[in-house]
Amino acid sequence: MYNSSILKIKIFTLLRICAVFLTLATFSIPAFSQEKHEESAEKPFEPSEVILEHIADSHSLHVWNTTAIPLPVILYTDKGLEVFSSSHFEHGHADYTGKYYTYRLVEDKVKIVGANNILADSATVWKWNSSLIDFSITRNVASMWMGMIVLLVIFFSVSSAYKKRSGKAPKGLQSFMEPLILFVRDDIARPNIGYKYQRFMPLLLTVFFFIWVNNLIGLVPFFPGGANLTGNIAVTLVLSVITLIVVNLNGNKHYWAHIFIPADVPVWIWPLWWVIELVGIISKPFALMIRLFANITAGHIIVLSLISLIFVFKSMGIAPVSVAFVIFMDVLELLVAALQAFIFTLLTALFIGGAIEEHHH
Amino acid sequence: MIGSIAALGAGLSVIGAGIGIGQIGGKAVEGIARQPEAASKIQTAMIIAAALVEGAALFGVVVSFLGLR
Amino acid sequence: MNPLVTPEIGLVVWTTVSFLVLFFLLAKFAWKPIMGAIDERERFIEDSLSKAEAAKDEMARLTNENDALLKQARIERDAILSEAKKVKDSIISEAKEAAHKEGARQIELARIEINNQKAIAMADVKNQVATLSLEIAEKVLRKQFEDSSKQDALVAELLKEVKL
Repeated sequence: MYNSSILKIKIFTLLRICAVFLTLATFSIPAFSQEKHEESAEKPFEPSEVILEHIADSHSLHVWNTTAIPLPVILYTDKGLEVFSSSHFEHGHADYTGKYYTYRLVEDKVKIVGANNILADSATVWKWNSSLIDFSITRNVASMWMGMIVLLVIFFSVSSAYKKRSGKAPKGLQSFMEPLILFVRDDIARPNIGYKYQRFMPLLLTVFFFIWVNNLIGLVPFFPGGANLTGNIAVTLVLSVITLIVVNLNGNKHYWAHIFIPADVPVWIWPLWWVIELVGIISKPFALMIRLFANITAGHIIVLSLISLIFVFKSMGIAPVSVAFVIFMDVLELLVAALQAFIFTLLTALFIGGAIEEHHH
Repeated sequence: MIGSIAALGAGLSVIGAGIGIGQIGGKAVEGIARQPEAASKIQTAMIIAAALVEGAALFGVVVSFLGLR
Repeated sequence: MNPLVTPEIGLVVWTTVSFLVLFFLLAKFAWKPIMGAIDERERFIEDSLSKAEAAKDEMARLTNENDALLKQARIERDAILSEAKKVKDSIISEAKEAAHKEGARQIELARIEINNQKAIAMADVKNQVATLSLEIAEKVLRKQFEDSSKQDALVAELLKEVKL
């Protein structure tokens, strides 16, 4: 009974948010189409390019049409730190010569222009040996900070409400957030972790609301939102590595015994067992990383593809169909936004629960 | 060319996931119909299982992403 | 490698820093007070509920006790009433018997008295009759013996009868 009432509140909440977003989505689509029209006037419309540009990170915050807010570029080169505004790149049309190197923006990635116009990439996790590491405040970082501010404002005010109205029934924003907090506690933490759940509540709550709020901000199709933050593999990598670390730091002796000295397994298989278990340890958070990344990115790609249909067919006739589908997808993505936050948190709780479980062999 | 092969790969992985999640959803609904009082537990188990299946499919999708470009 | 699946170092670092900052800020200033308040309120509600439950139990116990007392009292009352009824019945029957006996005795006494009175009256009547008869006999004798011849005749006759 308790569960179903929580679910009802959740669905109600979701519907309210959906309604808000529906209105917003209908407003935002003309803006988007205007922007695309101007681009398509110049060169043949290439949907995959536009889509990838939208879901990738960027060095400027696109506001409206050609208006964009430049973001600081912070480069850590082998010679020292360089900080300048991304407006110097003029959207990739100009090079910028800093203290140490000349830089160029290619597909929104900063590269060093060397002698004979040879470009040197910045370092990636795959290729570290570069003289340039890009620590810029990109669109995703800005979006993440916005999400952080939203979270801090919401939960500080909720927290002060709890202090002010201690022992009383929740009210306003507090009553909006409390079912969610209780949902994380009663439906995610408690059943999967067990009686030691309280230690992990801060992490689970932070992960849940961080992912959810950033998913939602990513769904806002106009200025402050729209960054593909939780659909960026770097972000999901960090979140899943945090899960990995927390799970393994909290693993008890049963957890490690199961991995290193498994009972009922012949000793000569142990090396193979260790490899399998190691793969298991890594692959669980890896799946978390891929799941969140792929789900959110896929959602963005689908919405953008549907919008792109208008420009592919170069007709306004397709627009109503396209817009209808986009609205449908947006609503579905609202569900996915909550669901992915839920699943990420649930699986994290499940892994923690598995690591701290008291076995009774 | 590589892009279309990647798309094929993505499509194939989606078929697998579709069958898997369909099975999970169907069985979960059966289970809930048989024991409505266990609905919340079945839902949680269903979501976890669906997430795992979906994870496998997403691996396929991501691998086909790797093939792009 | 596709840029989509290439984690950028800068974003990794910023995400790590931001997430940890967010985590510590929220954990210290939001989750701790919120969870504390929720737990406290839940404990309070649980306490209140258990108190209410206890009060209800107490109430039920008292009601039961009252019921038992009432039942007891009712039984006692019934017992007393039936006792009283019995006593009343016995008193009435005793009184009836006594009255009956008394009546019988009175009647007996009255009959004896009546008999006595009758006997007295009878004796009286006999006396009077005797007196009257004597008077009558005297008067008759006087009348008969008004002349002396007759007296002589009688004496003579009587003398005749006397056998010496």
